[in-house]
Amino acid sequence: MPTTRRQFLSIAGGVAAAGSIPIVTLRPLEATPAMLTTAIRNVVGEAPVRTGKVKLDIPPLVENGNTVPMTVSVASPMTADDYVKSIHVFNEKNPQPNVGNFHLGPSSGRAQISTRIRLADTQKVVAIARLSDDTFWQVTAEIVVTLAACTEEMN
Amino acid sequence: MAALINVPAKAKRGDIIEIRTLTSHIMETGFRHTADGALVPRDIITSFTCRYNGTEVFRADLFPAIAANPYLSFFTVAKESGKFEFEWIGDNGYSSSASASITVE
Amino acid sequence: MIFWRAIAAATLLAAAPALLAGEIPPDARRSGYSFMGPDTRAMQDDDTSNPGMLFVLDGETLWGKKTGSAEKACADCHGDARSSMKGVAARYPAFDKALTRPVTLDQRINLCRSNHQQATPLPYESRDLLALSAFIAHQSRGVAITTGDDPELKPFVAQGRDLFTQREGQLNLACTNCHDDNYSKHLAGAPVTQGQPTGYPLYRLEWQTLGSLERRLRSCMSGVRAQAYDYGAPELVALELYLMSRARGLQMETPAVRP
Repeated sequence: MPTTRRQFLSIAGGVAAAGSIPIVTLRPLEATPAMLTTAIRNVVGEAPVRTGKVKLDIPPLVENGNTVPMTVSVASPMTADDYVKSIHVFNEKNPQPNVGNFHLGPSSGRAQISTRIRLADTQKVVAIARLSDDTFWQVTAEIVVTLAACTEEMN
Repeated sequence: MAALINVPAKAKRGDIIEIRTLTSHIMETGFRHTADGALVPRDIITSFTCRYNGTEVFRADLFPAIAANPYLSFFTVAKESGKFEFEWIGDNGYSSSASASITVE
Repeated sequence: MIFWRAIAAATLLAAAPALLAGEIPPDARRSGYSFMGPDTRAMQDDDTSNPGMLFVLDGETLWGKKTGSAEKACADCHGDARSSMKGVAARYPAFDKALTRPVTLDQRINLCRSNHQQATPLPYESRDLLALSAFIAHQSRGVAITTGDDPELKPFVAQGRDLFTQREGQLNLACTNCHDDNYSKHLAGAPVTQGQPTGYPLYRLEWQTLGSLERRLRSCMSGVRAQAYDYGAPELVALELYLMSRARGLQMETPAVRP
């Protein structure tokens, strides 16, 4: 009997469910939007955070949330009196809201960093840059994380 | 365990060069449980520093949301021939280092 | 019409006489690489950003390190791996005349350890075993897979194929149901690949580490809720052998990166 598309999809759903059963709670606690706000306030204090200057390159749909490539760049001449001091990356829903702080200076030449991050679920990622005049600039991206179809029990 | 460092061997004075580092580390988040319910303790790299002839040119604070085997790419201006030194520091007294040379013409 | 169709079918059969029903013809065989997105491909393509290369580097160190009571390193017998190991992984699992059965590359490393280095075998999935097999298999990167050429392997390839097509587990699925009949479709958000083992041991983003083909097979078995065979079990070796012979002609990619 040929497998129809509908049948295959239902089989597929079964496998996905089976794969996820042995996994123990992956997210015992979740950062909340309030925790995200607090984490950001810890870095920027009471200073206003404006939108712009910062660019966040991250795939909108990631293949596996365990290793997501990410690049943050900031439009800055990177001269002795106009440069980026630091870049701070936050997420909304991982167990905790901080991802990384990256400290640069005029000798960086280019205000750009890349790394690989973990995203436990579909969520918002925020990148904030602190410039040499102590102004803060941000960008936000929504990332869709597809969960792996077959996962393993932790051993 | 190994680390992969990518620094151009040669550069012209004033060139903006990219430095890439990849190092072996599990980056255990401290949020996972084993099948019998025990919490797996956190074990991550918390700090990375790059020095260029002794002067810090880049530093990063890392959190559990950084993927296993941390990868970092950043830039610096080639000023003089010499050495880049890299240092990773983490939980449970973890520390590792690597270096790479550059010739600036 | 019917007559012409019969001729067309006959031509197809004549062109691919070795293919069994349901098998993917050689020109349609695709590495898992071709199913990945651009970001994961980029991670594999650049050796300085491919985390699998960390294991290859560790393996290179182990290759030259004296071990066991014989105080011998791999390099003491095999010399420079770049020439001596080129193409080796592309023909594994291979038939071992003394054992009269196929052995995987991991098993060959451990046979070398016990027979020639007088060292204890490395546990399956241990960092050292993965590092050594990654280093050895990396020497075959770009080499076309030829596993299964040895006529003595024939019954074991057949055993592997039987296992591949045999339904198992509570979901009652065979490997072939997904990887021959439904590749390119999606399972949840992930594309179903052909299951061509071109890049093992490989760095799986899901694992966040390097892993063997046996680990991947065991993971699939848990996925269909079957009892997974133990590491090194003859059934897993036969499956690995069949899968490698099924990927004949595809190029080795070790260390590959997969989602």
